[in-house]
Amino acid sequence: MLPRVVIQTADFDVAQEIAALRAGDARVGAVCSFIGTVRDRSDGVSVSTMELEHYQGMTEKSIEAMIDEAKRRFDIHGARVVHRVGLLQPTDQIVLVAVTSAHRGQSFQACEFLMDYLKTQAPFWKKEQTPRGAQWVDARVSDDAALARWGIPSVNR
Amino acid sequence: MKVTVKYFASIREALGRGSENVETGAASIAALRDELIARGGAQGASLARGKAVRAALNQVMSDESVALSEGCEVAFFPPVTGG
Repeated sequence: MLPRVVIQTADFDVAQEIAALRAGDARVGAVCSFIGTVRDRSDGVSVSTMELEHYQGMTEKSIEAMIDEAKRRFDIHGARVVHRVGLLQPTDQIVLVAVTSAHRGQSFQACEFLMDYLKTQAPFWKKEQTPRGAQWVDARVSDDAALARWGIPSVNR
Repeated sequence: MKVTVKYFASIREALGRGSENVETGAASIAALRDELIARGGAQGASLARGKAVRAALNQVMSDESVALSEGCEVAFFPPVTGG
């Protein structure tokens, strides 16, 4: 069976990932995906590279639990999360969340739910290389607020 | 009891290591954190109360009040910033 969560240093092919997710599943009438990418600016400062660190083991477990929760909340058929770690450049893809359902509403919502959850609860940390030197990215209070909309209190920041 | 303590991101960098084995009598994550702070130095500074430090017990994001047990894995890290 296709793993639902993959953490890798290599890039991913969105078309291939989505094709694998919905392969042979004729119940699916909607596929929603979100792709996060590396910006070349962060709060007005230019970013030359970004390094992503994670907590191997906990990362996979925590995202698996998020997908279980998404399946409880929404009428979805499949979900897949691919997240890159290691050294990335501006314009590189960082993360893919893809969800399938019979109708679009459920997969749109589940996709956003999974991203909001991942942002504040999955153990990843970004470090940006800037003209001022390397700096760890600060968590945003707006990300906690995004998860709170789903009725899940978050105290990441 | 013996516990494995892991550190990530800015905390790992400040300490110069990603994990250590600790012999402790601490009943909770909070008590373990206080023991580590009491060592002073980089550990005291980076885990200090008032700093944004999050914790996990056995790879699950946890409140610091949860109880420790023999052989458990505790992690300390800054707020997460993935996605």
